[in-house]
Amino acid sequence: MNNSKETAEVTTPVNSSRRDFLSKAAVAGTVTIAPGIFLHRTAGAAVADTDVSEIEASEAADMNTSVSTRPLDQDVSNKNRWGMLIDTTRCATGCTDCVDACNEENGLVGHGRPETDTQYIRKVTLKSKSTGHELSLPLMCQHCETAPCADVCPTGASFVRADGIALVDKHICIGCRYCMMACPYKARSFVHEAVENQKLTAPRGKGTVEACTMCVTRVDNGGIPACVEACTAENHNAMIFGDLRDPNSPLSIELKKHGGKQLRSDLALNTGVRYQGLNE
Amino acid sequence: MTRFLRPLLVLIGFMLLSTSTLAETPFPTIHEPSDESKKCIHPEDEMRRNHMNYILHERDETMHEGIRGEPEGLANCINCHVEPNESGEIAGIETKEHFCSACHEYAAVQIDCFQCHADRPQKYIDRSKHSSSLRDQLQRTLAAAEAATEGARP
Ligand code: SF4
Ligand code: SF4
Repeated sequence: MNNSKETAEVTTPVNSSRRDFLSKAAVAGTVTIAPGIFLHRTAGAAVADTDVSEIEASEAADMNTSVSTRPLDQDVSNKNRWGMLIDTTRCATGCTDCVDACNEENGLVGHGRPETDTQYIRKVTLKSKSTGHELSLPLMCQHCETAPCADVCPTGASFVRADGIALVDKHICIGCRYCMMACPYKARSFVHEAVENQKLTAPRGKGTVEACTMCVTRVDNGGIPACVEACTAENHNAMIFGDLRDPNSPLSIELKKHGGKQLRSDLALNTGVRYQGLNE
Repeated sequence: MTRFLRPLLVLIGFMLLSTSTLAETPFPTIHEPSDESKKCIHPEDEMRRNHMNYILHERDETMHEGIRGEPEGLANCINCHVEPNESGEIAGIETKEHFCSACHEYAAVQIDCFQCHADRPQKYIDRSKHSSSLRDQLQRTLAAAEAATEGARP
């Protein structure tokens, strides 16, 4: 336990099991990521050649062009599976642009109690025990295909939509918090306080559990999640959103070219959120 | 004579009582959209009886199947029926002037929708106190973690 504490410095107050998991994730990352890719990315970011970085930036902006074209009067289907790819080598330590955008988008309010205040995304810093290498990444609901939260939910409130977005139906959630216990990523929060001034597109209230919805209203309307939008707008370009089932989506192309790691892939949850650059 | 008078008095008493009760709970005034060209998607009596069924059906379709933009959603009711009053303010769901609570108070039917949902159109939602507190909190936590990591370095 002490060892894992040294390995993973998590930037928000969490319990030790969360630290434990993250250290495992960091170690597992090195097994499958080829070292060349990391070097390629670091070089791209470090070289002060404006031409190169400009090209890379515009490429990354184009990368988020895979969006929903489903007519809104038709059901979601498994023709799509929405996902995200996060390049940790581009994610700056200390940057919270995605988290801020998320809080704004979903009208999340703090009560000065970081342990229980709702977080859909949090920034996590991992530090390798052996090399001292540090990396920073945003962690949110991983939108598991075989989601433990949905498995344990006694009411059917936790479910995974046909297009891969994991949601809580707050109309039938009884607030038992089984799903919070089951989620290996500690992605969910419980609303402890009465809420007012909710956003139209983000209904939320006391006594229910909630998590990242991959900005489902935006996605349904052909948009991209607020975090991805903010990260791209601020020119960090660390996040790509897209359709994992479409082999021609920029997300799938990038995954095919450079690969992407699932956090805790040993759990075989087939997550919709993938990471690059989890080097030790 | 008294045999007739007593029931008559009782009857008069009842009538007085019932009129005074009526006076205390007047029939609710319901906000009609100021734009008179707007028509409700269903006739009024149909809506009065069955709005909850429409909303419920829409709710499950939207939540689980991602079907959006059908006219019978809660947000559409709110968009037409909740508008600022003469003093430019929105009467919230906690007041009797709100379109929904006007009838629900009268009928004594508790309404839970607005524990989660916005009680007014998006443009009237006061967003000023959102997220800045969380942003400050996050920055503080990050700074503290940063300091801790610095200290831990060999
Ligand atoms: S990350 Fe957690 S909340 Fe999200 S789908 Fe997986 S188990 Fe459920
Ligand atoms: S808290 Fe709600 S969503 Fe989570 S398991 Fe319980 S009923 Fe299901």
